Amino acid sequence: MSSDLLNLTLRIWRQAGPDSPGAFRNYTLNGVSTHMSFLEMLDVLNEQLIESGEEPVEFDHDCREGICGMCSLMINGQAHGPDNATTTCQLHMRRFKTGDTIVIEPWRATAFPVVRDLVVDRSAFDRIIQAGGYVSVNTGNAPDGNAIPVPGRVQEVAMDAAACIGCGACVAACKNASAMLFVSAKVSQLAVLPQGKAERGERVLNMVAKMDDEGFGHCTNTNECEAACPAEISVSNIARLNREFVRASVVTGG
Amino acid sequence: MVRVASETLNSRVPEGPIQELWDKHRFNMKLVNPANKRKFSVIVVGTGLAGGAAAASLAELGYHVKSFCYQDSPRRAHSIAAQGGINAAKNYPNDGDSIWRLFYDTVKGGDYRAREANVYRLAQVSNSIIDQCVAQGVPFAREYGGTLANRSFGGAQVSRTFYCRGQTGQQLLLGAYQSLMRQVETGKVELFTRREMLELVVVDGLARGIVVRNMTTGQLETHTADAVVLCTGGYGNVYYLSTNAKGCNVTAAWRCHRRGAYFGNPCYTQIHPTCIPVSGDYQSKLTLMSESLRNDGRVWVPKDNHDTRPPAQIPDDERDYYLERRYPSFGNLVPRDVASRAAKERCDAGYGVGETRLAVYLDFRDAIKRDGEDAVRKKYGNLFHMYEKITAENPYKVPMKIYPAVHYTMGGLWVDYNLMSNLPGLFVLGEANFSDHGANRLGASALMQGLSDGYFVIPYTIGDHLAKATLPAVPEDHPACVEAKQAAESRINKLLAVQGSRTVDSFHRELGGIMWDHCGMARNKAGLEKAIGQIRELRDQFWKDVRVLGSGESLNSSLEKAGRVADFLEFGELMCVDALHREESCGGHFREEHQTSEGEAKRNDAEFSYVAAWEFNGVGEEATLHKEELNFPNVPPTTRSYK
Repeated sequence: MSSDLLNLTLRIWRQAGPDSPGAFRNYTLNGVSTHMSFLEMLDVLNEQLIESGEEPVEFDHDCREGICGMCSLMINGQAHGPDNATTTCQLHMRRFKTGDTIVIEPWRATAFPVVRDLVVDRSAFDRIIQAGGYVSVNTGNAPDGNAIPVPGRVQEVAMDAAACIGCGACVAACKNASAMLFVSAKVSQLAVLPQGKAERGERVLNMVAKMDDEGFGHCTNTNECEAACPAEISVSNIARLNREFVRASVVTGG
Repeated sequence: MVRVASETLNSRVPEGPIQELWDKHRFNMKLVNPANKRKFSVIVVGTGLAGGAAAASLAELGYHVKSFCYQDSPRRAHSIAAQGGINAAKNYPNDGDSIWRLFYDTVKGGDYRAREANVYRLAQVSNSIIDQCVAQGVPFAREYGGTLANRSFGGAQVSRTFYCRGQTGQQLLLGAYQSLMRQVETGKVELFTRREMLELVVVDGLARGIVVRNMTTGQLETHTADAVVLCTGGYGNVYYLSTNAKGCNVTAAWRCHRRGAYFGNPCYTQIHPTCIPVSGDYQSKLTLMSESLRNDGRVWVPKDNHDTRPPAQIPDDERDYYLERRYPSFGNLVPRDVASRAAKERCDAGYGVGETRLAVYLDFRDAIKRDGEDAVRKKYGNLFHMYEKITAENPYKVPMKIYPAVHYTMGGLWVDYNLMSNLPGLFVLGEANFSDHGANRLGASALMQGLSDGYFVIPYTIGDHLAKATLPAVPEDHPACVEAKQAAESRINKLLAVQGSRTVDSFHRELGGIMWDHCGMARNKAGLEKAIGQIRELRDQFWKDVRVLGSGESLNSSLEKAGRVADFLEFGELMCVDALHREESCGGHFREEHQTSEGEAKRNDAEFSYVAAWEFNGVGEEATLHKEELNFPNVPPTTRSYK
């Protein structure tokens, strides 16, 4: 595992607050190990900035193992950077070459306003889930876990959809800033499972209405979302959402 | 010498046969009638499995709940990163499991340092957890016929672990999160994200509120309620490098400790055996590879410590499968503490592999040969993918390199059978409390405990407190609120005023080094004494020389980190004090002075069969030790053997 060292130019979006104008700033960073993760590279930059008296670059991150969905970043115009099925925190510097200029921006979408630098507000996603992304079952109400068999292939479809980490890359990658992939993943998971069937009609109608309300754009089937998704959520979920939506719209009572 | 309180702590476990305790207790506890529940408000800090489950369940009962988390969404709490699974005593595989066996395994796995009554209750409610999660739409793995699937995990000889591929924590958390959001929609839960708890408000001896910093605006907010439920996770990040999320911290718990809540068994930390080794100084965190990998992976090092051949070229008879050699009956499935120490032993003896020689192999060659690559991919695909992302090596072809890393903390705020701390009105759930895992936690038990506490314990026990306590309204301008807010504010100002030369991370990294070297996988008296001196010095230096730029009035991650590291610098000392006083080896706490001739941990039940709960007397002042005696009438202590 011998490591090469990279010399990089970083072009980073700096913005002091939600209402301040933002701008790109250039930074030079030398001696970056190819074993570093992308966020570790930013840690090193921030240590240097603090030492030189400049406020560090704010970015969201937490688990740093690709599952919490907190990290974001448009890297050279690609959500989560150049690798497939990879969050920014799992992207490693061996993907870059010495001399590269790397452009780093926040997610750009009306529904995700910038909080500071590279940090955006994704609470719109929470409000969409709040509108119906659940099964209405109070604690203590549940029958035995094996009471309703769920065939393996149904469970696999549900699990594929449930793997969404809620990072918002799909919105950031979409030219319309549509949240269809995110919404469809939750709608699909709960629509295919027997436990979610009772509310499937109401759920899809409420979630879609909320999505529109929050200012996300419409889906024009360009599939950029699927290409950017670190959890490999398939656009077939969007097709299922559309079917669920039509079904719920025409069937009385959802 | 340690200052010991004269009275022992009362755990308030009811009398009677252990099978009947929880039923009897539920009957004896006071109830709050449904119409009155809406008059009570409860603060829940943290939205992981314990916090999310508690907030949702309490709101369903009718309480008014205020839920807080430091992340931008409750769905991101670090429970989400749990990979392997969740235990329950369903006995679906018909392989001999029972509530009693899960109870027995957990008490034994905890090396007889957990409270029997709590563990029994945990095993009892474990089955309801699975039912609840299934009903929420958690997509647990299924057999072809549609029934729930199980797998094996370390420390048990039955198959009782339920799982969702390698993302069990994520799916369980999303289940709890969705229930929580449903209650937000009904208006029973008020949600406060990007808030960090900085102080506890105590009025007339009762926990009645918290002070939080709005991490976006920098504003300090005071929130009052009739009870405070702390679900703020563990303190593994005191080591700087751990498998915890970067934001995990001890601040909420430590602030409560400073206000009078006792800290139980802080030295009990879990070092997880299967993590990706450190690669350089810039390393910001360590990544766990699920313990479930040990079901099919075999752990080994070369028999010859000068053997530098690529692993595939080393023939079987020149490999030392040291877990299978030392522990033939459990083999690669020994509990975490045992597996970690065995890896350290091999590496310390010079048999480590890789560039740093601080790694051992976890090899899937035989499993792939036996079951085929597709079968292995189906079980562990996402883990293999993650490993390859980080190391650029393909584990289908080359064995993984692994090394132990800090993962979980069994210690936490002391709580009684009701999960209430010694500070009335302050409840502590999940990893943040000390209660169920003793000195070592078994795999797939953390998820079980978090959800048990949140879904099935606190909804009952909180009612008993609310029904009995006298709880006059606490206005925001109450002197206790004003004082707590001022304390939080002056600390922030103090951190910003130092304007020194060193970054927060540099202090954190240095503290982590001290803790890992002297209070890590193996500890001894001289090392711990040295560490205490070093921590004190580092703490002084921190307050003289830390550099926090920017202001308190905006998003400022340096300031957030500085507050957390300041608390770790106080807390780390207590961990070492606890480790120093516990003159025995048990579970994750290994004192080199106390081991058998074969290098196994040697417990001292005669002198240390108690919970050490520490009372705060001031920074740098000696803490007072309160003991809760532990008794094991149902699972008589034996030497834990996995041979």
